[in-house]
Amino acid sequence: MRKSLMRGALRGLPILAGLLMLSGCDAVLFDPKGPIGESEKSLILTATYLMLVVVIPVIFMTLWFAWRYRDTKQSKATYTPNWAHSTKIEAVVWGIPCLIILALGILTWKSTHELDPRAEIVDGGEPIEVQVIAMDWKWLFIYPEQGIATVNELAMPVDRQVRFHITSETVMNSFFIPRLGSQIYAMAGMENRLHLIGSEVGTYDGISASYSGAGFADMHFKTHVMSEGDFDAWIEKARGSSKVLDDAGYTALNEPSENVAPTFYGQVKPHLYQQIMAPYMDGMELGMSDKQMGDMKMSGKKMDHSAHKMSGDEMSGDDMSGHAEPAMATEE
Amino acid sequence: MLGKLTLEAIPYHEPIIVIVLAAVILGGAALAGLITYMRKWTYLWTEWLTSVDHKKIGMMYIIVALVMLLRGFSDAIMMRSQQMLASTGGEGYLPPEHYDQIFTAHGVIMIFFVAMPFVIGLINVVVPLQIGARDVAFPFLNSLSFWLFVVGVILVNISLGLGEFAKTGWLAYPPLSGANYSPGVGVDYWIWSLQISGVGTLLTGVNFVATILKMRAPGMSLMKMPVFTWTALCANVLIIAAFPILTATIAMLTLDRYLDFHFFTNDLGGNMMMYVNLIWAWGHPEVYILVLPVFGVFSEVIATFSKKKLFGYTSLVWATIVITILSFVVWLHHFFTMGAGADVNAFFGIATMIISIPTGVKIFNWLFTMYRGRIEMTSPVLWTLGFMVTFTIGGMTGVLLAVPGANYVLHNSLFLIAHFHNVIIGGVVFGAMAGITYWFPKATGFMLCEKWGKRSFWFWIVGFYLAFMPLYILGFMGMTRRLQHVDNPLWVPYLVVAFIGAVLILIGIVCTVIQIVVSIKNRDQLQDTTGDIWGGRTLEWSTTSPAPFYNFAHEPQVKELDEFWEMKERGHEEAAKKPYAPIHMPRNAAAGVIISGFSLIFGFALIWHIWWLAIVGLVGMIASFIVRSFNYDTDYYVSVEEVERVEREGRERRSLPGARTPTDTVVQG
Repeated sequence: MRKSLMRGALRGLPILAGLLMLSGCDAVLFDPKGPIGESEKSLILTATYLMLVVVIPVIFMTLWFAWRYRDTKQSKATYTPNWAHSTKIEAVVWGIPCLIILALGILTWKSTHELDPRAEIVDGGEPIEVQVIAMDWKWLFIYPEQGIATVNELAMPVDRQVRFHITSETVMNSFFIPRLGSQIYAMAGMENRLHLIGSEVGTYDGISASYSGAGFADMHFKTHVMSEGDFDAWIEKARGSSKVLDDAGYTALNEPSENVAPTFYGQVKPHLYQQIMAPYMDGMELGMSDKQMGDMKMSGKKMDHSAHKMSGDEMSGDDMSGHAEPAMATEE
Repeated sequence: MLGKLTLEAIPYHEPIIVIVLAAVILGGAALAGLITYMRKWTYLWTEWLTSVDHKKIGMMYIIVALVMLLRGFSDAIMMRSQQMLASTGGEGYLPPEHYDQIFTAHGVIMIFFVAMPFVIGLINVVVPLQIGARDVAFPFLNSLSFWLFVVGVILVNISLGLGEFAKTGWLAYPPLSGANYSPGVGVDYWIWSLQISGVGTLLTGVNFVATILKMRAPGMSLMKMPVFTWTALCANVLIIAAFPILTATIAMLTLDRYLDFHFFTNDLGGNMMMYVNLIWAWGHPEVYILVLPVFGVFSEVIATFSKKKLFGYTSLVWATIVITILSFVVWLHHFFTMGAGADVNAFFGIATMIISIPTGVKIFNWLFTMYRGRIEMTSPVLWTLGFMVTFTIGGMTGVLLAVPGANYVLHNSLFLIAHFHNVIIGGVVFGAMAGITYWFPKATGFMLCEKWGKRSFWFWIVGFYLAFMPLYILGFMGMTRRLQHVDNPLWVPYLVVAFIGAVLILIGIVCTVIQIVVSIKNRDQLQDTTGDIWGGRTLEWSTTSPAPFYNFAHEPQVKELDEFWEMKERGHEEAAKKPYAPIHMPRNAAAGVIISGFSLIFGFALIWHIWWLAIVGLVGMIASFIVRSFNYDTDYYVSVEEVERVEREGRERRSLPGARTPTDTVVQG
């Protein structure tokens, strides 16, 4: 009875693996709709295959040894109670994992640099800028170049990269569109950047992937990847909205709310995004004049900074290595 | 007068909680009544609550862990049923207000008040016996550690009926856990239960490092120490290094919440990223504090029941040391998605993968211990085999999560949840079950019933795969963690299967409870009269079962690794003829209970902002500690006559009929 159960467990493994494959079409991570997600999918599969080289033999040997050397009255298997060392076996059991980890390590180093969320995607076209603000419990998207904003609805033209500038007006959240790839945290007073491309027209789910309180379960949005023409029409539709995201509009929006329906704002107060981040940033809220902002823009420096909050002093410094950027870095 | 505490704090509008509370109060009253009826209060107080005997303290840790396992599992099955019922847009039966407390409590309870006491309990019972010592280095401190830990348990349970628990997730990330976003008492319960029990854990760490380094039997050099003792040493070194980080981090969060500091707030220079780094600088070593000792358990179990020397002792020890060191340079892999640069992420990813090398080596060592052995299929062996298969899968998914590029899509998903349950259930829980079954006769004098143990194993392992394999798949399907409700028909079948798995695990837990009850009932048939019921290899099996309170009448002299096995090979009556000498032992102490009692008052008062009561608690704590330090009557000598009497009784036990071998026991069941 015990033996048959053990064999059953052994048989169960491939079935589970098969189940995983079968669910492939529903498994959004295995059916990505953009190059970032595509690379991440193949990375997951490559790494898994590499590890299976060790994992399958180990599972097999565990069950086989347990069966072969079980204690029965008539057991004919060899019994060597004092055998406890073999240099050859030691060399193999340290050596093979080392080799696999070496291969995985190289893969990791390369893929981590290729998939760096803030690196522009090569051949991704001129990026469209979108500012993303996590709020209680909804997502605000500002399209600074187009001068519109939306809540819980995101649109992006197909095959063109979008540069997301991500921050939070509240607690930590994580901005994630599973079909397109990488997620990244949204944190108040800091900016994270993420580059994504949608390479197939369609509507995909976007979520917060970091628990943020009572309304968290409904903090999702639809992402529409559309043709250039449709995208322009979508922008026009947003511009047609009579709602204005000025200080009063923003204060109203900032009230905690759950399960918020998609909303369009035809006009957005300029620099609203900077204004949102400013209260959380030391020395920034008062010190930053329009002229300084102009200077920053003109210096044309690629701002690539450490995940720290910037003080006024640092703003004038040259070296800003790292990421999670200050508000003024890119936009206008 | 009572701070924030009013009658409103009792959640009488929540029927589930009211029912649970009523059951707890009635059950508690019934238990108290029973103890009174049987006139056992004095016995309980003098023999258990004030005991400084490491074996009794260890058993008390494990009893508390088992009780809290029931509580933590109730949370688990509520979560699984809520997600199943609320998977097609419905609201289920738990509103976010309640659901968010449940997943937070589940994580906190399972890690701090189930896994930790299982591991620390086993270390307590076994380590002094394995190294041939008569107690730990600081027996009173050990009692204090235990009671401080109990205070944490009590505070978490009070939160069920008075106020609320945190709604932040088990690590209480700010700013969500800050005063702005969590103004209630939930986070304060979290803070004080972890802070007080954390101090207890730190003291345990100090105690056991001192015990293992200074109190080994003559001749037991470091490289002759049993593997379980080695893993216990490394785990306790990790406790000493890691727990102060937790204490300091929680202290800073406390200052933020109570005194309007801004360490981790959104504004005024606070930085939540510092908290996330600090909490994981403790949190990752914590994982190894849990898992290293169970690696030790499996090493002992597999060698004993394969009736064979452990393969590659030296490389196993070095693998343990390497893991201990590396566990401190991988913490960032818990937040690759926070926005660190590619160099930083890649470094921590690769460092994490490197840990899998020594871990893999350990698996091979156990494999080659089985190779050419004679494996007895006892329930500890089943748990070990279940662990080896399950943990290997968990290790693989862990390495996958350590690849930053893969982590960017898997982070916080149910894939992550499946992974850490895979290693914690497949590793720590299975190890605890193996260890408890293995050493139970040494602690109590009788074995656990094998039949129910095996039933428990099969329900656990099948339940585990049903409960967590669907979660891996759901992670690939884009489902994130901590969702109070979802609306995706494609996920429903997987959530249903996961729920069925949880039910099977429930049956497994019930089997364990039945196993304990049945074994206590049949303890006469299950007696270990030999002291060495399994054919053990290490010193704990050289004394009687249960071990006398002084452990060894003669201090063992160690010549080799697996000393007791070698002793049996040599014919082990050599020591028996020596005359007994008086034995130096610590006296029981009530101070541990008293100091902890005041710390409970202190913590409770701070949670509810009852400042005068907090002062009473603090002054009481300090005063009772000072009083204790002036007590010079803390030890005594056991007379030769007493030792002779105990040893004679031990010898008489050996002539009694008892369960000689596990196979016999199966028949008796």
